[in-house]
Formats: sequence, C-alpha cells, structure tokens
Amino acid sequence: MNNADESYSPLNESATRITRRTRAQKIWLGLKKAPLSAWFGLIVIIAYLLVALFAQLLAPYGEAQIFPEPYAQWSAEHIFGTDQIGRDVYTRLIYGAQNTIGIALVTTFLSFLIGGGLALAATITRGWTDQILSRTVDALMAIPSLIFALMLLSMFGSSITSLIIIIAVLDSTRVFRLTRSVAINVVVMDYVEAARLRGEGIGWIMRKEILPNIMPPLVAEFGLRFCFVFLTVAALSFLGVGIQPPAADWGSMVRENASLIQFARYDIKAAITPLLPAAAIALLTVAVNFVVDWFLHKTSGLRDEF
Amino acid sequence: MHPIVSTILQRLGLGLFTLFIVSVIIFSSLEMLPGDFGESVLGQAATEETVTAFRKELGLDKPAYLRYFEWVGSVMTGDLGTSFSGRAASGVDRSRPVVDLVAPRLWNTLFLAGMTALIAVPLALFLGITSALYRNSLYDRTVNVTTLTTISFPEFFVAYLLILFLASLWPVFPSLATVDDTTSFGQRVLKTALPALTLTLVIVAHMMRMTRAAIINLLASPYIEMALLKGSSRSEIIIKHALPNAWAPIATVIAFNLAYLVVGVVVVEVVFVYPGIGQLMVDAVTTRDIPVVQACALIFAGTYIILNLVADIIGTVTNPRLLHPR
Repeated sequence: MNNADESYSPLNESATRITRRTRAQKIWLGLKKAPLSAWFGLIVIIAYLLVALFAQLLAPYGEAQIFPEPYAQWSAEHIFGTDQIGRDVYTRLIYGAQNTIGIALVTTFLSFLIGGGLALAATITRGWTDQILSRTVDALMAIPSLIFALMLLSMFGSSITSLIIIIAVLDSTRVFRLTRSVAINVVVMDYVEAARLRGEGIGWIMRKEILPNIMPPLVAEFGLRFCFVFLTVAALSFLGVGIQPPAADWGSMVRENASLIQFARYDIKAAITPLLPAAAIALLTVAVNFVVDWFLHKTSGLRDEF
Repeated sequence: MHPIVSTILQRLGLGLFTLFIVSVIIFSSLEMLPGDFGESVLGQAATEETVTAFRKELGLDKPAYLRYFEWVGSVMTGDLGTSFSGRAASGVDRSRPVVDLVAPRLWNTLFLAGMTALIAVPLALFLGITSALYRNSLYDRTVNVTTLTTISFPEFFVAYLLILFLASLWPVFPSLATVDDTTSFGQRVLKTALPALTLTLVIVAHMMRMTRAAIINLLASPYIEMALLKGSSRSEIIIKHALPNAWAPIATVIAFNLAYLVVGVVVVEVVFVYPGIGQLMVDAVTTRDIPVVQACALIFAGTYIILNLVADIIGTVTNPRLLHPR
C-alpha cells in the first residue's frame, strides 16, 4: 500500500507537464505561424548572407580579374557577360554582396552603438545631457541625410572608413530618437529606481534593466535602418562617391554598365545586365521589409504604418 | 494674444534657430578641411605666394566667427563665393562665381520638382483616401503591396526600369533629359517626363501610405462614430467631419514628401543627365569643390527646413481645436 510509485504526487505530474521550451523551440513555433511573405523574406536574407560569407568560394573568377573582351555577351564562361573593362559580372555580383552588405551591416551596428548608447545615457541621466543631445539630434535631422553625407564626403574624401563613420553618425540620430522615446517609459519603472538605489552604475542599468525591456522595437528598427543604410550606401556608390573601384559594389556596377540599356532592342540580355545589381538591392530591401513587418505585428503591432 | 499667433511665432523661431545651426554646420565644412588643401586645389606646382593669396582670399587669416558673419552676410545678398575649380598653380584665376553655376540649374531642378508635384500630389491623395475608405478590400491590398514594393526599390532601379521599357524597348520618351536655355517648353516637358515619372513613383508610395494612415486614424475617432450613429450620410461625414480635421495630416504629408523630393532629385538627375543642382552637387563633391558643395547643401537644407516649417504651420492653422479656442 505504501508503495511510493503508486501514490499521487502533484509535483511529479506538474514537473512532467511544464517542460520549459528551449529558445530554439520557441523560435520554431513562432516561425511556423509566420506568413508566407515573412518566410520568403527570411529565406532571401539567409541566401544573401551565405553568398556574402562565402563569396570567395562561390565566385568563379577574381574580384578585379580582367578578361580581354569588354562587354562580352552572356555565355557559359561568363554567365552574365563582362563589364566595361572586361570583368566578369557574375563574379562581381557575388563580391558585391560581400562588400555592400558587409559595409551596410557594420554601419548599422555602429549607428546603433552610438545612437542607442547615447539615448540610454540621456534617458538615465536626464537634465542637461538629455537636453543638449536631443537638441543636437534635432538640428542634425533638419538636413536631409543624403545631402549631409555628400557634404561630409567632400570634406573627408571617399574612403570606406569615412563612408562607414559618416553614415553611421548621421543615421544614429534616428536611432537616438526611437531609443529615447521607448526608453523614457521604462526608465521611470520601480525596478530601475531600485537598481539605482542599490548603487548600480549607469552601464549596468543600461544593459541589464532597460535594454531587455526595449528590445522588440529596437530589433525591428534595426531591420528598417539596415534597409535605409543599405540604400544610402548603394546610392552614394551609384553617384560615384561611395565605395571606390576596384572593389565590386552593386551601386557602382549599375552606373558603370548603365549605357547597355539603350541596346535593349538588339540584345535584351545585355540590357538586363546593369539591372541585375539594382534588382539584387531591391530584392534584399523587400525581403527585410517583409520580415520586419511580420516581426512588428508579432511583437505588439507597434506601428502599422511607418 | 490669439493662441494661433503665438504657436506660429514659436514655430518660426524654432525654424530660424534650426537654420542658424545648419548654416553653422555648413560653414564649418570649410573649417574642417586639412591644412594643405590650398595646394590640393591649386596643384602641386603652386608657389608659396599663390597659396597665401588663396588663403587670404578665403579669409583664412581672420578668426572663424568673423568669417561666419561675413559669410552669412554675403549669402544674404546673393553672393555665394567663388568656385575652387578653374584655379591654376600659376595664380591665373578662371574660376566662376558660384551663383552663376547654381542659378540656371536651380531653375531646372525647380521645374522638375514642380512637374513631379503636379502629378504626384493629386494621385497620392486620391489613392490614399480611396484605399482608406475601402480598407482591406482587394483594391486596398493591391495598392498597398505595390507601394510597399516601390518603397523598397532604390531610385536608380526605378529609373533604369523606366528607361528600359519606355525609352529603349518602346521609345516613347527620350532617355536623356538634356535641356538648355534654347529648349522650348513643350520639349522640356517631354524630356523631363521620365525623371518626373520616376520621382512620382518613388514619392507617391510614401505619400499614399501616410495619407491612408492619417485618414484611417481619423475615421477611428469618436466623433466620426457619433456622426455615423446620428445617421449622417457617408459623404456628409467625410466633408463635414473628417476633412476639416484631415487637412493638417494631409498638409504635413505633402510637405514632408516634397521635402523628400529634394533628396530624391539628386540620384534621378544623375541617372538622366539632367542639368540640375543635384548633379552639380555630386560633381562638386567628386572634385571637392567646397564652395559649390556649400551652396548646394545650403539650398537643399534650406528648402527642406522651410517645407517642414510650412507643413507644421499649416497643421496648426487648420487645426479646428486651435481655431476655436474655448
């Protein structure tokens, strides 16, 4: 009668029932419910990242390797032909993924580091720091960022480092605005006050108390800012003041081969060549937008439009 | 004082302050150049005297704040300085005043922007209002997906797609928008058709989505429901209740997007080789011709700020709550 196995124990039962789902399981469950557009976006993003990471292995030729025939037609040797000085377009498309996406990612991270960090510091300390930072951001945002970037590039010259820093700083103003507006509601919570009374430093409060609570909007914003940075880098390179040759880049590739479009009636393939990098840019931005859209709906429906 | 007047004055003051900050930033772009830029402008062979004369001409021997006020003063009177290009090491100066470079191109850019606005604004308002009224219908969804896609496209992609289809495969419009003083008005319209169409596609998406959001927001407010329950007709609700409150968001949307147009114009002008101020600025950036860059940046930023200010003021002036204070 006193056999332990037969007696009822609520603890045992609940222990078997409530198995905590691992993070991977939670993500998988969320993904299963995701709409088709989000799946499409995710697959495209992963494909782009893989191409960018393994560009050296995937590309048939060297990034700046020059072949004797410029503007060669599409063929088995050159899948998308060659460009105006005889470089393989397919190879440069693959390397372009690495350069353009890499630079855009680094820039976005940097802008979040600057903008997010300053915004959190401003919301925690308040007072003069907050005032000065906010007014500076207001003034910087009053100039359209492409114009501002062009002006700064004319001063510092177009190197990849200055490109990254200039765009990151300009873009960090928008990150600052958003982070400040969401963090300001968290900063007044009791647990933040408690942490402050406990004597925690500003860095601890930023990382351990506030950041975990404002993560969803920041993640969504990261996607949107990435798109924006990516388009800005592409536009600047297209204008000839961004990523400089011989580095392959989608924006400048469009510009270099644009004249081929006039020959569309004679050779439609040649006319499509300059549109390939542009389409690559467009596809990635569309994909990121789809994923961000889904993520925003999932995490709270925070912003329906814009 | 009437609350509207004080609000407007406040906004104007804020706008002026922003303009001041922006002018300081643009002015200091000359300040932050590396010390040896005299040599890089005049060439390696420049003698000591020519470099000193050049620095003196720019006033680099005077303190910065004095030069700032001189600069602002001359900009106010329409003198934007002299271009860096055309200067030689020997001291021969064939450089042109920036105003002569900017003025004709500014007119071209305004022409393009004006044409775009004429097409884009009515189209976007129509699409935005109708899709808000018939929301979640097939029409609404189609418009939404289309605009979401065009928003994600870089301007030059849209531009080259249009060139491919409308200039190359089916030559309806010319692909290059090369205009000068001798071009007649009709020719000018025809040549700027493709750039204007590109810009329209780019900004209609933004404008339409913002209009739709504003109207939907409005239709959700209690007084609209009240009117509905009272038994007012659909058109009465829209004309009497919704529209007076919608002017503010719509004006903001229009001005915001015209300001956005200011930026989009740069890339589009380069694609179509249109002699506007955007292209001038890009060329000046590549040759590091700072006075021209400054002038263009000042024009762009000034327009941007003024348009946003106007939107703000229209938003306040048309606000029924402010018009009839209790």
